[in-house]
Amino acid sequence: MIDIADLDFAYPRGGFRLDVPRLTIERGARVAVVGSSGTGKTTLLNLVAGLQVAARGHVTVDGQNLSALSDTQRRAFRARRIGFIFQNFALMDYLNARENVLYPYRIAPGLVLDDAVRARAEALATACGIEDRLDRHPGALSQGEQQRVAICRALVTRPGLILADEATGNLDPHTKTLILDLLFERAAEAGATILAVTHDHALLPRFDRVIDFSELRRAA
Amino acid sequence: MNAAFLAFAHLRWHWARSVVMVLVAAVILAVPLVSQTLLRGSEQSLTARADATPLVLGARGSQIDLVMGALYFGEDRAQPVTMKAAEAVWESDLALPIPLNTMFTASGARIVGTTLDYFSFRGLEIAQGRRFAVLGEAVLGASVARRLNLSPGDTIVSAPENLFDLDGVYPLEMTVTGVLAPTGTPDDEAVLTDVKTTWVIAGIGHGHQDVVAEGDDPVTASAALEQYNRITPDNIDSFHFHGAPEDYPLTAVLIEPYDTRSETILRGRYLEPENPLQLVVPSDVVDRLVERIFRIAALLDAVAGLVGLAAAAAVALALFLAWRLRAPELDTARRIGAGRGMILRLAGAEIAILLGAALLMAQGIVIVVQSRSNTLLTWLIAQ
Repeated sequence: MIDIADLDFAYPRGGFRLDVPRLTIERGARVAVVGSSGTGKTTLLNLVAGLQVAARGHVTVDGQNLSALSDTQRRAFRARRIGFIFQNFALMDYLNARENVLYPYRIAPGLVLDDAVRARAEALATACGIEDRLDRHPGALSQGEQQRVAICRALVTRPGLILADEATGNLDPHTKTLILDLLFERAAEAGATILAVTHDHALLPRFDRVIDFSELRRAA
Repeated sequence: MNAAFLAFAHLRWHWARSVVMVLVAAVILAVPLVSQTLLRGSEQSLTARADATPLVLGARGSQIDLVMGALYFGEDRAQPVTMKAAEAVWESDLALPIPLNTMFTASGARIVGTTLDYFSFRGLEIAQGRRFAVLGEAVLGASVARRLNLSPGDTIVSAPENLFDLDGVYPLEMTVTGVLAPTGTPDDEAVLTDVKTTWVIAGIGHGHQDVVAEGDDPVTASAALEQYNRITPDNIDSFHFHGAPEDYPLTAVLIEPYDTRSETILRGRYLEPENPLQLVVPSDVVDRLVERIFRIAALLDAVAGLVGLAAAAAVALALFLAWRLRAPELDTARRIGAGRGMILRLAGAEIAILLGAALLMAQGIVIVVQSRSNTLLTWLIAQ
């Protein structure tokens, strides 16, 4: 569950201010965040991920108040509890698909790469239909395949929350549907909450809830 | 371990850039090591040979040219002297003179015309065959034999000195009778032969058909007269020398005094500046030369240090720019949970792998140079 209350965030250099009085998202919900550019959708994802910390108010994810954690604790929490999916896939060109899926275990603190994790990665790849692409590097994969790899990477740590920032923005309409189906199925299996920023209004009916950020946000 | 894995994967994927950086770093590391190896080696090589040669007699002029020509068979030689100089030492009964004539080459190797005393003086051992015994025979240094793939029974031809000088030096085909055991000295790069053979190459001695033949069809002294360019048992008796033997040329005379007193007396005889000959102590000459070399080397080291510093800065800049290009990757890593420590470990692992590979390569270069330093130094010193 995500609970945001009395959130007041401003970038140090000023100019932009995000003020969210109250936002609650239930566990396992599939939530889309929409709104025009510059309204702070990505900033919200960063705050929920603990990448940025608000000066006032609190962001609680799965009962953990992120503001109360140190930087190291927030990193560890993020590594274990949150999965990311990016619009540009953000795969490492020098690693094959298998190693991209396992990437969090190579760089995040507290995650141990063992046989069970490798087996889980293989199972995820099979479920996403890329089991025969695991030895290929991103450059040798289609965009749809690259996003499948990114989904596997986001899910391999069994996170409770998946943050997707324009996850289908670079895909053709058919692939968008397939990838979204795949993401919803896998997240449902894991019992994970999905918080997805999107500009694609055609996809909104597929979400449990749509938050129009322009309305939610109160400009200072 | 994970940092090393990712760093290695990244370097392997961008292998061309990695290879260039390793090569540049290896050269930066290897240049001072190689120059020090060669400098120390050349000092040892120069001083060891000089210490083993008590005195050298030659024409007055550059002492360095005289010593370098007599000891290392260098390209720059002192003015020639005559056999008279060697005979004078012999007649003084103060020292053993060993004549040297190093004016000619064969297949890129210096022909050293001398006497059999040279073998015992230098402690040379025959690895194959035997020493030269008669005119036209030669013993090859170990490197020459290996490079030209020659062994006893083969032949080697002296190089023509001037193709357009019809009256000048003609190539002489010499029979290889032996190959020296390796010494790690300039003798490895030499073709040893009797000094008289070099006079044949010089045209002072030659062999030809008898101009007063028996029978109805005498051979006359004309262009039809056959000049021998190989000395064989059948024609060796026709070889003869023109002029006075004491005037035959030498490039230098190695002198081995019988005792300290004899050496002192002998050195006193060549002190007058009017004397066209000089008697030098090679170790003194080489010590002065080494001192100069090391003064220049210190300057070169400073220049090499600056160049190395500039190259290292270029490598550092390349690494820095490469990391700037990886900003999106690092941002992803940070979002997923990587801390600053992990990013630093990644950078450190890449630098460590690159430096490790460069160190290995530099060490390889140094080992190769060290293993070939004798040949390299002999070549460098002789140039």
